[in-house]
Amino acid sequence: MRNNHATQLIFELSTTGRSGVVLPQCDVPVKQAETLIPDSLLQLAPPPLPEVTEPEVIRHFTNLSTLNMSVDTHYYPLGSCTMKYNPKRNERIAAWDGLAQLHPYQSEASIQGMLQLLFELQQMLGEISGLPAVSLQPAAGAHGELTALMVAAAFFRQQSQHRTKVLAPDSAHGTNPASARMAGFDFVTIRSQADGRVDVQHLKENLGDDTAVFMITNPSTLGLFDDQVQTIADLVHDAGGLIYLDGANMNAILGITRPGDFGADMMHFNPHKTFSGPHGGGGPGAGPICVTETLRSFLPCPTVAFCDESQMYFLDDRSEASIGRVRSFFGNVGVLVRAYCYIRTHGPDGLKRVSETAVLNANYLLSQVKQFLDVPHGDRCMHEFVASASPIKETTGLKQPAMDIAKRLLDYGFHPPTVYFPLTVPEGLMMEPTETESKQTLDAFAATLRTIAEEPAETLRHAPHTTKIRRPDEVMAARKPIVKWTETAD
Amino acid sequence: MPYTYNTPAQQKEMLEEIGARSVDELFDSIPDNMKLGRALQIPPALGELELTSHMQELARQNSNITHNTCFLGAGSYDHFIPAVVDSLASRGEFYTSYTPYQPEVSQGNLQVMFEYQTLICQLTGMDVSNASLYDGGSAAVEAMLMAISITRRNSRVVVLESVHPEYRQIIKTYFATLGTEVVTVADSAHLPNVLDENTAAVLIQSPNFFGNIEDVAAVAEQVHASGALLVCSVDPISLGLLKRPGDAGVDIVVAEGQSLGTPLLYGGPYLGIMACREEFVRRLPGRIAGQTVDQEGNRCWVLTLQTREQHIRREKATSNICTNQGLFALRAAIYLSVMGPQGMRDVADLCLQKAHYAQQQLTNLDRFETVSDLPFFKEFVIRDKQNDVAGLLEKAEDFNLLAGVALGRWYPELEDCLLIAVTEKRTVHEIDQLVEVLGS
Repeated sequence: MRNNHATQLIFELSTTGRSGVVLPQCDVPVKQAETLIPDSLLQLAPPPLPEVTEPEVIRHFTNLSTLNMSVDTHYYPLGSCTMKYNPKRNERIAAWDGLAQLHPYQSEASIQGMLQLLFELQQMLGEISGLPAVSLQPAAGAHGELTALMVAAAFFRQQSQHRTKVLAPDSAHGTNPASARMAGFDFVTIRSQADGRVDVQHLKENLGDDTAVFMITNPSTLGLFDDQVQTIADLVHDAGGLIYLDGANMNAILGITRPGDFGADMMHFNPHKTFSGPHGGGGPGAGPICVTETLRSFLPCPTVAFCDESQMYFLDDRSEASIGRVRSFFGNVGVLVRAYCYIRTHGPDGLKRVSETAVLNANYLLSQVKQFLDVPHGDRCMHEFVASASPIKETTGLKQPAMDIAKRLLDYGFHPPTVYFPLTVPEGLMMEPTETESKQTLDAFAATLRTIAEEPAETLRHAPHTTKIRRPDEVMAARKPIVKWTETAD
Repeated sequence: MPYTYNTPAQQKEMLEEIGARSVDELFDSIPDNMKLGRALQIPPALGELELTSHMQELARQNSNITHNTCFLGAGSYDHFIPAVVDSLASRGEFYTSYTPYQPEVSQGNLQVMFEYQTLICQLTGMDVSNASLYDGGSAAVEAMLMAISITRRNSRVVVLESVHPEYRQIIKTYFATLGTEVVTVADSAHLPNVLDENTAAVLIQSPNFFGNIEDVAAVAEQVHASGALLVCSVDPISLGLLKRPGDAGVDIVVAEGQSLGTPLLYGGPYLGIMACREEFVRRLPGRIAGQTVDQEGNRCWVLTLQTREQHIRREKATSNICTNQGLFALRAAIYLSVMGPQGMRDVADLCLQKAHYAQQQLTNLDRFETVSDLPFFKEFVIRDKQNDVAGLLEKAEDFNLLAGVALGRWYPELEDCLLIAVTEKRTVHEIDQLVEVLGS
């Protein structure tokens, strides 16, 4: 039942004169556009978009959707991305007119329900993080990092301190160094020890009166909780710096420990990970940040506040120390509504059980995987762990065994783990099962991995064997980029 | 816990396999003194039925635009969205997938990205587009940063005062830590005074925040003469009718893509559009899909030019951006496909006609006057000679009319002015009612 039409581009379906929409007749007196706008500002012909009918559009995009793996259709243990089930109730609620059909410049009195929701979300995130001052404005995790670093910069400016350096371990997400640079800081990489924890000695050597922020991901990208975090926080604070927690891995510690309680001054949440907002094929996410009381006045404006006198919620942009805006309007509200629904669905015990189950699932998978793959950082993990396919390299002669295993998993109907990240583990396979997978699924996945690990090298080298396309030529794509369709592109 | 499976018996089995006595033991790496040791102080759990009731209660306290007639714009617009957009974008295969790291099982998303990029180029007349950024405002600041890196001039950028005030605030925030001077000028006539050999870019918006159409081609000539780049923020709907920025000499185009099939959503998530000239493609921030072939020579799509990006280049990346707004780029791709050239022309023309009718009817009243003779598209400013904008808006709300956006909060000199947007959705009856209520 292969549908070969799915790979035709929408432009190749175009037939001159077709249309997918009929708009109403104009019900006001019509004037020639040329009488309203000078000719030189008008385009003679409308934009050269494809001409297709509504049924063609439906069939085209529906067929395209079937070429994707997704959480709804497949086990998707993509480490660091927390691909958990996306509750349908949250999708439906977020689409209600009363929450979705609101204009950002409506009067505050006309959106009290929305403001209450956002206010309560601020409070809940403050409690979950142990950092009470919250901005919901950043549009993604990386945007939250950048925003928090700008908050730090404003804080030091106010203190008349010239601090120029942001530090982070070598296992950090690539967004950490990139955000540091965008916020105007120099970036310094701190080594990890062999056991995956921060090399405190190396950190000490790099701390000084130019240290602005140390960014730490805890649990780390290796899925380990760094128990030195309090010591690290003390060292950085003694040097006059601030601690930023990359909250990508909050799914491991909800209700168990709080960044604010282990020394963090600032952090972001990824509601699309931890609080089940769908990933949307690569966005939208959101990146709310939480900071200490000391840093509250520097947060972007506006935040939501409650006025005791009028008993009304309002948008508060009174802080003069605020760094200003980082995004237009209020932020990625649709994602925040889903996060609110998720937290309210779970409550305090439920959130804790989310983390307990995620950690149990990850440890169980680890216990199975370590029987046939190397897991260099020990027998225990938090919500994810990183296996290494290095030994297979030696036994099979495969040059990129992690990639080959990933590709072979596709044949068996599993989305592969994250590969080659963090950079500190050779041939890394980073697995994050999440709490919304069953023991049966984990067993099936582990059994498949074991089968693959024992398959002939040739089978792996040429995998996948059953997908519609196989191993696209990425080098060619980058060398001679074709990034749009033209009539001669084929 | 509504979304987990494993029974207590299975959990016990799993713990035995792990070699742990309890789930608590799995958290032994967290020192006891760091553990919370109490329940989180958040409200108790709600079942689906209770959650639905609670959310209905919150939603009821919002007055939404299906019960009001919306003349609010200022960067977020009430345009018609064909049903196919929601129908397709709510397919789980689209919205529960992620960044296409494994192209073999992501051809759907990759092809959508490639089609989106092409559609944006067709709409704007630019050479290349990325796969989207967060929103119009952050796209504008990313374009300014990109211009600095292209021109290697970092001491000054220039922004016109008629650019969306919130976009200008974002630029101010970003540049506060970078040491680049952000110069704001009232209009393009002032550009010669501020353009110098260290100016990286000029940001203009057309139609601008007040709805007026700028002569972008003339500004482009001026800007290019100084060696700077022209960044232009556009309204994508206007491009059904107005000269495309690619044909007017613009170097980098940005836009708020919300108009292309995304509801108002109280401001987000939206869609940051960014497209540029071919020669700048390797300086573009964000994801880009590219065409290639697989082992058997089949045409297919991959993420490309990834050496620009943070996960490879870390601190040397073109931007820290990680995700695009995939789901909203999909919505825009569906919207543009179903509209086609004629649909886009029709929508733009309906906006133009209705906005001009509304402006004419309002300024026929003694109480209101125009503030500008410049050509406008779907949005315009009127001055209330009685200087009571707040009173007008309140009165209109009593008639379920969201009459316009008061400008005083951003432009104190325009505190007696109202910005009114008229989309294709507004009927002559609704416009006449607005005129009647504001004039009574």
